Amino acid sequence: MSKHFFADTGVLLGRSLRHIARSPDTIITTAIMPIAMMLMFVYVFGGAIKTGSDSYVNYLLPGILLITIASGIAYTAYRLFMDMKGGIFERFQSMPTARSAVLWAHVLTSLVANLISLVVVVLVALLMGFRSSAGVPAWLAVAGILVLFTLALTWIAVIPGLSAKTMEGASAFSYPLIFLPFLSSAFVPTDTMPGPVRVFAENQPVTSIVNAIRALFTEQPVGTDIWIALAWCVGILVVAYVLAMNTYRRRIS
Amino acid sequence: MTTQHSQAIHVRGLAKSYKELQVLRGVDFDVARGSIFALLGSNGAGKTTVVKILSTLLKADAGTARINGMDVATQAADVRESISLTGQFAAVDEILSGRENLVLVARLRHLRNPGKIADDLLERFSLTDAGARKVSTYSGGMRRRLDIAMSLIGDPPVIFLDEPTTGLDPQARIEVWQAVKELADQGTTVLLTTQYLDEAEQLADRIAILHEGRIIVDGTLAELKRMLPPAKVEYVEKQPTLEDVFLALVGTKA
Repeated sequence: MSKHFFADTGVLLGRSLRHIARSPDTIITTAIMPIAMMLMFVYVFGGAIKTGSDSYVNYLLPGILLITIASGIAYTAYRLFMDMKGGIFERFQSMPTARSAVLWAHVLTSLVANLISLVVVVLVALLMGFRSSAGVPAWLAVAGILVLFTLALTWIAVIPGLSAKTMEGASAFSYPLIFLPFLSSAFVPTDTMPGPVRVFAENQPVTSIVNAIRALFTEQPVGTDIWIALAWCVGILVVAYVLAMNTYRRRIS
Repeated sequence: MTTQHSQAIHVRGLAKSYKELQVLRGVDFDVARGSIFALLGSNGAGKTTVVKILSTLLKADAGTARINGMDVATQAADVRESISLTGQFAAVDEILSGRENLVLVARLRHLRNPGKIADDLLERFSLTDAGARKVSTYSGGMRRRLDIAMSLIGDPPVIFLDEPTTGLDPQARIEVWQAVKELADQGTTVLLTTQYLDEAEQLADRIAILHEGRIIVDGTLAELKRMLPPAKVEYVEKQPTLEDVFLALVGTKA
């Protein structure tokens, strides 16, 4: 690690955050789709869905937060792709700058942008009647899980960001990630699902993460869900990080 | 060894293949300190590959390349301290202003007073008035000037310019040429690639032609001209070229 790693990452993070400040539409578009889904599910389908919880928005919010992150990281891939294509990535790599600082700056930017989007979505949920009696430690635990999930998906986003040939290619990978919460306990309880679907839903990462966040919000015991959720997040993070660094080394030798 | 060290760039036997395609098949050349060296070649001749290897962005399959005596493969970090790359496409940040771009690079090169460095360069490249504007509003020539200005930050002794005038209008081209000449006057070593013969003729102290992965000719303009049969003397009425007409009409010869 170069002696300038932290200083360089800081400078480049400042650059990306300035990009976001100058085009806040990326935050708005990230938040708007999950908000629209939340409105539709709460006010259109919600009445007909039996979740066993008295407020559907309370039931729904954890899944909506994960969808927010999944749509937000498409912009991480996009920003990285634009740097690769514009040649500015090569300029930075040919300078006496800590090389990995360029990637880390994008990763941290992704974290900041997603956290802002998440705050916007939670504020809208509060307006729609979301209430939680959870205390500060539970909120911190929720924030921790969301940060970990964002980092895991961000490192996935780095891979197409570095290797995509077109802009569409750089962001298309996020569609299945946005779709994944539908096949989980995010919108409806899994017990009404037919056999194979249910097996998939109950054993994919989103369900354990959603259940853990839901339990934290409602002050229920988190049980084993939180450990499974953390294991998924850390596992995805490690695998995605290794693959992303491999892609990076192949692109810039 | 002494000859090697007096050269700013020293390249021997450089080879590089992309899968089956052999792009470089043993490239040799030297660039003297403070001179302008033009690497001439058609599209796909491997000029950019040479520049990428020299600027530590790509590893060669075989051969050695040294910048100021330092090996690009084993002393990459040291090489990066003494080079600067201006790639084929203006590598500027569109969303930032011109001044912010310069400050960014000065910070990444860990220099003191990034603001002053930026202001001086804006002045030198006649961009002071545009300094606070977003780069996305710049013309092609302004963008290229900013790009070159960014490459000068930290006074790197060796500068690579990969097709610096491709896609520019004649006026912007002259502006870039002037900037390059000023650089060499101040002792900077410049390696530029181009597919325009007149550009090499205008700027370079030495010209090498890269063809099918090898340097087939390497010499001064006079030496290259001597390779052909002596010029015949003919009297032709000199018609203005379209470029002369264009520049006369547009009227601001730099």
